[in-house]
This record gives sequence, structure tokens and C-alpha cells, in this order.
Amino acid sequence: MSVLEVDIAKKVFPSADGGELVALSKLKFSVPTGQFTCILGPSGTGKTTLLNILSGLDINFEGAVSIDGKTPKEAPPLGYMFQSPRLMPWLTVLENVRVVAKDGARKEGRPEKLLEDMDLGGFLQTFPNRLSGGMQRRAALARAFVNQPPMLLLDEPFISLDTPVADRLRHLLLDLWRAHNATVVFVTHDLREAVQLADRILFMSPSPGRIVLDQTVGLTRPRISEGEDMENFRSGLLRDHPDILAGLDKEEDPVVATNQGRR
Amino acid sequence: MVTSVQQPRGRTKVRPLSPTEGGGWVRALSFVALAVLWEFVIWAWAPRHLPHLTDIGQAFWTLATTPGPWSCHRDSNLFWTIVSESGLACNLGFTLFRAAAGFFSAMIIGSIIGIFLGRVKSLDRFFDGWVVLGLNLPALVVGILCYVWFGLTETALVIALAVNKVPLVAVMVREGSAAIQPELIQVAKAFRMSWFQTIRKVHLPQLYPYLMASSRAGLALIWKIVLVLEFIGQSNGVGFQFQIFFSNFEIENVLAYTFSFIAVVMLIETFIMRPLDRRATRWRL
Repeated sequence: MSVLEVDIAKKVFPSADGGELVALSKLKFSVPTGQFTCILGPSGTGKTTLLNILSGLDINFEGAVSIDGKTPKEAPPLGYMFQSPRLMPWLTVLENVRVVAKDGARKEGRPEKLLEDMDLGGFLQTFPNRLSGGMQRRAALARAFVNQPPMLLLDEPFISLDTPVADRLRHLLLDLWRAHNATVVFVTHDLREAVQLADRILFMSPSPGRIVLDQTVGLTRPRISEGEDMENFRSGLLRDHPDILAGLDKEEDPVVATNQGRR
Repeated sequence: MVTSVQQPRGRTKVRPLSPTEGGGWVRALSFVALAVLWEFVIWAWAPRHLPHLTDIGQAFWTLATTPGPWSCHRDSNLFWTIVSESGLACNLGFTLFRAAAGFFSAMIIGSIIGIFLGRVKSLDRFFDGWVVLGLNLPALVVGILCYVWFGLTETALVIALAVNKVPLVAVMVREGSAAIQPELIQVAKAFRMSWFQTIRKVHLPQLYPYLMASSRAGLALIWKIVLVLEFIGQSNGVGFQFQIFFSNFEIENVLAYTFSFIAVVMLIETFIMRPLDRRATRWRL
């Protein structure tokens, strides 16, 4: 049974010259319960716009989105991990997670437990500006999962992290996904990351964004980063769909120092 | 075998002192220097109307132990009974009460106006002229008009204080409101935080530096205006006492009241404003 049904006829933004810029057009797909779906596309294809629509943050579009038969506004709150951690700098790590936690989650002590699982148990009372980039993202991941949402939206959450840190976070995400049986919609422009994580990859075209390829990833889990299976699968995709993937695979994650914050 | 004991990670026990902290003795020393300078001026030039500090202290003691004006005598209330035993405390109490009433009214009204102006551009454009007008209205003119329109009452004085301060608060909070990060509002929306939580945990912390700045600027303004308004239209309070002392040329009494007033203002700054400021900005350290 599909938990998510998306049928967006058109999403436009006003352009600088007074006209309109079509961000999404004829975008249609569904996601079954518990599936890990990656949405892959180059920058500027409307991936973040799509997630904003799915989360109910953006309701100005033509078409329909339903989550368990309800509109995003009516559906239970989803977990959302943004491209940057977006932690409130004036709240401690624990407060950042607790502030979005529902009463039940707080009573169960889920914020503390999740942060412990993320190896942030020693940093509960620390403010985000004292954490490294990777630690901030772990806190943001804990925040996204704290209410055990039926669906989790992740918008290039591991961008700008160096490979080992990003890899560790991917494993944490997969562990949480398995433990909570959540449906995941994960946006990325990194083909390797998509192949490593996803049950299924939806490829988006350049603007106006729409789905141009729906590819199931049949590889067994756990998948080893840059393992032979994954590399073969990736090469096969590049060979079979050169037009769709042109330029995408060259767009590597920029690697920057992880310890951006003070420890 | 060597065992190392680690501090709990992430808990900052010690933090560097800010420039305003830990300098109590420097401040005390500077006041002593001021007192020495004061006495030196008297010794060197012997001005007619600059009394010795000891004379001011004597005047202070007399004023503090002399019963207050008739309006302080309210036997049914223990607080007023105690205060009425000291005219100085009674008059300071009146002035502080008026200043507080004007301050909080202006903060609430000014903040609401500022938030709307910062969030709604069309409102800001329309009311910008009004704000500029309000900022440039002479405080004395507002006071006189309020006394003429509403009579020589407490209400008129509080309205005059608030009207003088509201534009200042509105302008400062407007800047803060316009600078609120939409990304964090999105987080609140995405996680369906209640409006109350959103205001408390997302909006207010971002407005906080602007609210503090407007509080400080507003307090400085109100301390000055309240005395003028009491001087011209009240029958008690520090400003009213200044009028009496001025008529009688009692400089010692004027200065005794002035120093008491300054002491109260500094106590408020030290025990209310600074701790509030430290608590709300501890995440920046």
C-alpha cells in the first residue's frame, strides 16, 4: 500500500522579470510504506521545493499530495532534516530535540535516548555552536526521528561533510530507518549515496523538475560504500542512461573540513 | 597504573569573564577617585553651591529618617507604613512605580507595533512617518499635552512616559523582527510546534538582543523624563522634591536625592538587567 501519493501538475515561482518560473511540472510518483526512496537530480531541479510541498510547508502548487490519504497539513507531522542542521543556537542539544518532541516522546525520555544512540550523550547541555558539523547533523537527525514519524524527509542532509563522517551518518540513518520502519524520502545529487541508501531511486530532470527514471535498487544490505556491487550498479546506470545522468555523476559532494564548530 | 579522570564532556564549568564582569573593585576604585576629585574641586576653588560629600551624607540621613508626605501614610498596608517612615524611600517608591508603569506599558505596546512593522512591509511603509514623528516629539511637549488633556494625574504621567518611549522601542524591535530567520520558522512549522512554543523558543530569542537594547535605551530615557514630569505636575516623587529643594536652594538635598536615585538605577542594572542579559546570551560564549 502506498503511503505517499504525489501528483503535482505545476509549481511556479515568480521570476525577477515579473514572469513566472516553473519549478516542477507533471511530477507524479508514489512511495509504499517503509520504502527508502532517493530523489536524485542536479542542483536547481526543484528537489527542495518538492520536499517543502510534501512536508506541508509549501501549499501553493497545482495538483495533489496525499500521505495515508490525507493532505500534508492534515497528516501526522513528518520528520524533516534540512540541508543545514538548522538547530536553534540558543537551545542546548537536548533542548533542540525536546522542543519538537511530543509529550509522549518526552515522557519516554526518547530525546535523551536518541542522542545517546547518536553518541551525543556527553553533549546534551552543550550549545550547537560548540559542536562540529557532523555532530550538529547527528543532533538534527535525532530531532527528525524523535516523534517516530511515519515518514521522514531528508534534504541532502550529509552535504559538505567529509567522506568518513558522512558514511557514519548514513549508517546511523539506516539503523534508525530499520528500527522505526519509517518511510524515507531522501533527496541527493550524489549517485553513489543514492545507490548506497535507497530501495529505489527517482531521477529528476533539470528545471522544470519531473521524474524521468524510476529505478529499483536490488542490491542486498548492508551495502559497503564503494564496494564492487555498488560500483557495478552505478556503472550500469551510467551506461544505460547516459542522457539522464549526464553531468550528475560529476557533481561530487564538496569535501570540506568537518570540525566547523568549536569543540 | 595511571587513571585519568575526565571532565564530563560538553559541560562548560568555567567560562571567560566578560569585560563587565569581575571588575567590581575597579568600579569601586573609580568611584573613590571621583569622590577625591569632588573634594579636591571644593578644596581648590571652594564653589558656593558644591557641598562636601559628608554634608550630602548628612542630608541623606535626615531625608531618609524624616517621615514622608501625607500620600505615603496608608496604615492598612505594612509596606506603606514602613515606607512612610522615610520620606526619601516614599518619594523614590512613587517615582519608581511611575517609571515602571511607563516602562512596561511602552515595552509591551512598542514591541507589538515593532513586530508588526518588521513583519508586514506595507504597514512599515505606511507608519514609518508616524514613527519618525514620534521619535522627534520633544518629551516635555508630550508631558505638557498629557497634563492638559488628562489632568495632573498619575495616568497622564504614565501615558506621557509611554508615548515618549513607544517609538524608540518600536524602531528597535522592528529591526529585530525583520531579522528573524525564516529557516528557523520553517523548522517550527515542519515539526508543528504550537504557536506559543514558536513564539517562546523561536521568535523571542531572536528578538531578545533588540528587546534588551530597547529596554536599556528606554530606561535611560524614562529615568530622565519621569523627573521632569514630576517636577511640573505632581505632588510627590523625586521630581516633586527637586522642585521644593530648588525653590529653597537646598543643594545638599538635591544631591542626596540624586545619588539615591542613581544608586537605585545601578542596582536595577546590576541585579536585574545584567543577569537577564547573561542568561539569555550564554549560548554565545
